[in-house]
Amino acid sequence: MLKLEALDLRKGTFRLQADLEIQPGAQVAVIGPSGAGKSTLLEALAGFVPPAAGRISWQGQDVTGQPPGERPVAMLFQDGNLFPHLTVAQNVGLGIDPNRRLSPQEEARVTAALARVGLAGMEGRKPAALSGGQHSRAALARVLVQNRALLLLDEPFAALGPALKSEMLDLVSEIAQETGATLLMVSHDPQDARRISREVVLVADGRAHPPAATASILDSPPPALRAYLGATPDR
Amino acid sequence: MARSAQPVILRPVASWPGTCAALGVALLVLGTLVAVALRAEEGRGLGAAEWSALRFTLLQASLSALFSVALAVPVARALARRRFFGRRALITLLGAPFILPVIVAILGLLAVFGRSGWVSDGLALFGLAPIQIYGLHGVVIAHVFFNLPLATRLILQGWQEIPAERFRLAAQLNAGPRAMWQLLEVPMLRQVLPGAAAVVFAICLSSFAVALTLGGGPKATTLELAIYQAFHFDFDLGRAAMLSGVQLVLTVAAALLALRVPVGDGFGAGLDRAVARWDGVGRWARTIDGFWIGLATLFLMLPLLAVVAAGAPGLLDLPTSVWRATWVSVQVAALSTLLLLWVALPMSVSIGLGHHKTGEVAGILGLAASPLVIGTGLFVLVYPVADPFVFAVPVTALVNMVMALPFALRILVPRVRQVLQQNSRLALALNMSAPTFWRRVLLPRCRAQIGFAAGLTAALSLGDLGVIALFADPEVATLPLQVYRLMGAYRMEAAQGAALVLFVLSMGAFWLLDRGGRWHAEA
Repeated sequence: MLKLEALDLRKGTFRLQADLEIQPGAQVAVIGPSGAGKSTLLEALAGFVPPAAGRISWQGQDVTGQPPGERPVAMLFQDGNLFPHLTVAQNVGLGIDPNRRLSPQEEARVTAALARVGLAGMEGRKPAALSGGQHSRAALARVLVQNRALLLLDEPFAALGPALKSEMLDLVSEIAQETGATLLMVSHDPQDARRISREVVLVADGRAHPPAATASILDSPPPALRAYLGATPDR
Repeated sequence: MARSAQPVILRPVASWPGTCAALGVALLVLGTLVAVALRAEEGRGLGAAEWSALRFTLLQASLSALFSVALAVPVARALARRRFFGRRALITLLGAPFILPVIVAILGLLAVFGRSGWVSDGLALFGLAPIQIYGLHGVVIAHVFFNLPLATRLILQGWQEIPAERFRLAAQLNAGPRAMWQLLEVPMLRQVLPGAAAVVFAICLSSFAVALTLGGGPKATTLELAIYQAFHFDFDLGRAAMLSGVQLVLTVAAALLALRVPVGDGFGAGLDRAVARWDGVGRWARTIDGFWIGLATLFLMLPLLAVVAAGAPGLLDLPTSVWRATWVSVQVAALSTLLLLWVALPMSVSIGLGHHKTGEVAGILGLAASPLVIGTGLFVLVYPVADPFVFAVPVTALVNMVMALPFALRILVPRVRQVLQQNSRLALALNMSAPTFWRRVLLPRCRAQIGFAAGLTAALSLGDLGVIALFADPEVATLPLQVYRLMGAYRMEAAQGAALVLFVLSMGAFWLLDRGGRWHAEA
């Protein structure tokens, strides 16, 4: 279980508080108005924003002070998920261990992961030779070999068209299920939330609220969410 | 949520190695200074010779700055408003004097402007006396040769930074060349000229090689040259130290001055961008622009052509001393380039991570440091314990590295900062160790800039004729020093041949390293 206890995040005058629990294996959408702190929340979970106070724990173990790379977390950012000068296979291989040469067995895992996300045979390509969707697939292949318990998505598919984005979300959802990872995904689009998450964490008014069922919160949104979604909630 | 630019709190690489490197450089520059200051004898004020050196230094630097900038204005104006075949090549050529060995340029200038040079021969046809190249004339001509291109690039940058919309508006109002000049160009020049002049002035203050070859004598001795003479002819360390102190006050003052006036980097990024203009289409304007472009091209190209033309015959039977000196020069340049990367890369990381103080300190020290002062200081430090002449090669490499450092940092820092900003989070998320980040991300991503900086350092080091003159015994010489010695022995053919070797070597080293950095480099 992912547990945020009296978590207090600050960036200058900006402040976000969180006190919530997320069950292992859950697939949760994080939604809320622009600037409310959705990305900040994920960055704190990944270890990029040290909290001013409070505690983050995973399965009872305190991870608050752990450096990003040692947390049980894999994260996809809005952009810059691949090193442009490395091949796809090298990029994915970094997920196993970035600091040493990989064994043949590990190379085989990279190849298998690429095949799983639909990039078989593209091991030797550089990111510049890939399409936007293929970029996302390569990054997901790395998430697959990283095999971390928590998967955080900070709108990595924002630049993709609607159909491609849905395809990617389905792939993410499948991968999370296969690896048993707990998924937290920042989203602007209520449709995304409905598509793969049964639960929603609303970030608004300086608080990350405890998860609520997606259907009920989107159908009868609280005032902060209603203001964000507009007068007629998207159905 | 839009991601706001935030300082990197966690870092994939540490900043302390860069801070240490900066401290090391500061220690070298300031430590040698203290060593010199302690040696300067008390109560011995400036004598007539020292005052004369100070006056000449200021005079030649002022004149050089004045002529370089005054001539650069019409050249930059012509380049700004003309599109012609070879414009890009000419702008690239404007960068060449920066890495051209001083001694090579001097031989070229002698062949063109010297007593029996091309211009004097031409004047003789009309029964006129040859021009006088030695003394103040020659020093200023050589400085203008080196700094006219730099001033042109700085001023051209000012022209390019006038927004295209302003030209459009002025054309819309039917502003003629005169109105255009007053409306747009004068205000820009008022901003740009002081900076350009200050930079040229600061550079010319620590002129050594030019003064050594074209100056000399009581009437044309710069402070740097006086330091060398006190050292080399009289072995008067106290006097050398005192002169170093004066030189240092001067260069620090000039560096502070040059840093206070805003200046572009002068590397000419984006200078071949074409801005649409509707003025200067008249025949008169075209003639003037053509005249200035032609004159500048001749002034820059003729000495280089002269080096090639005069050097080629001497190439076939160069004395073995030239090849020995070439080998020494290559060693010095290689060592200097390695030292530079070893210091500049960690410093760039440190500055890129937000330690701006590191960069400022290095910038001021680099601009103010005088090779002869550092050399004198190192000599004073080494002298009591060991024979300083044994250290000629490493000391020269070290001093060359310090001289190249500010330029290398200007090239490296922006790119390193960008790579850190773009890749830090991903590297941290993947638990990449610092050595891995260096090896797999930072170095490959900065390859082009590393190649450029290394090429610049190697070329500057190969062409440097400064501290080596202090330390070299008759057995050891770098190639520029050997060229100078051959000139002094009136073996002009051998000197010209050796100068051609040096020319090819330094341009080749720059091209090779710069090209190597960009070869197969991914965007």
